[in-house]
Amino acid sequence: MDTDRLIRTLAADNAHRGPSVGTLLAIALLVAAPFSVAMFSFELGMRHDVMTAMRNPFFDLKFLVTLGLAGPAIAIALHLSRPEASLRGWTWLLLIPLGLLGIGIAGEMMMPQRLPMMTRLMGSNSRVCLTAIPLLSLPLLAAALIGLRHGAPSRPALAGAVAGLLSAGLAATLYASHCTDDSPLFVATWYTLATALVAAIGALLGSKLLRF
Amino acid sequence: MRERGDEWTGLMRSALAGDAAAYQRLLGAIAPVLRANARRALARAGQPIDQSEDIVQDTLLAVHLKRHTWDADAPLAPWLFAIARNKLIDALRRRGRRVFVDIDDFAEILPSEPPEQTVPAREVAAQLESLPARQRDVLQSIAVEGTSIKVTAEKLAMSEGAVRVALHRGLASLTARLREQ
Repeated sequence: MDTDRLIRTLAADNAHRGPSVGTLLAIALLVAAPFSVAMFSFELGMRHDVMTAMRNPFFDLKFLVTLGLAGPAIAIALHLSRPEASLRGWTWLLLIPLGLLGIGIAGEMMMPQRLPMMTRLMGSNSRVCLTAIPLLSLPLLAAALIGLRHGAPSRPALAGAVAGLLSAGLAATLYASHCTDDSPLFVATWYTLATALVAAIGALLGSKLLRF
Repeated sequence: MRERGDEWTGLMRSALAGDAAAYQRLLGAIAPVLRANARRALARAGQPIDQSEDIVQDTLLAVHLKRHTWDADAPLAPWLFAIARNKLIDALRRRGRRVFVDIDDFAEILPSEPPEQTVPAREVAAQLESLPARQRDVLQSIAVEGTSIKVTAEKLAMSEGAVRVALHRGLASLTARLREQ
């Protein structure tokens, strides 16, 4: 085909205006969220003592950490959906959840504890945590990838990994209301492992699906 | 170069505001630069430069389909060359080489080279055949035969709106096929 003809054809299609990546990502996540919430409600549900737990700052901290991951990850994902984007100046955002965890761990260390450190770290839900967070994040990960496919990431695997982080952050927010392990040591270990797993899946899928 | 970049940015802003003529002028202005870059990169990778036109068209399609990812407050050139670089790497990789394309290749835009004998692009035309019938007919009419949307609509007994939709879908599926080939 002649390039001038192609150019005239593209100009003829100029009126077509797609939604922004942010809009599409938001819609996709809103559509996927009910699936994750349904999986959560049928299989797990909130813990029974949730009203008392809310008065425990370490229970509340879990939500700060998971949302502190999801929020920045959404911002980074949208940034990376532009072809000229580089990570420079953006990675520090991911220090937010880590910093919150650090503060939590330090705070717990300073308080008298009934249980030894290793017991708190191992908790009683580690296996559920490692399965539930990845499973709950699958619908959200699919949505994030669909949204980002509308973008043009120059580093598709990286963008996919960040999609994994954002979906794991949202899924962990759900899971945190079920889990009775509130120690920041437990969160730092098992939530992080589960999140890393989802990020790896995201990177793998992203490298295939997010090329443009 | 700066002036030219500013001109491109202005044209793209007009295009996004609905000015199809400005858009056509923009694409016409960047095509020779893309062509020169593609030739240079192919030559450097020891590849025949007769594939450069395929790369140019692939890049123009990506520019078109991803133009909503450009931040209208930023200059156009960095965005454009990021897309061009991606498409170039893709093309060279598809031809079986690991390559490193230096971003600096694009930093200095050569004055347009005198038009050399260009080997016509083949890939887009080849993929056209595999599209769903309606998209193929519309693209055949508009992109190959150069018929307007209005006349195409009459010829195919479709509404102009349906032609526009088929045109856009056709361009999108064409791009997807080029990527997967």
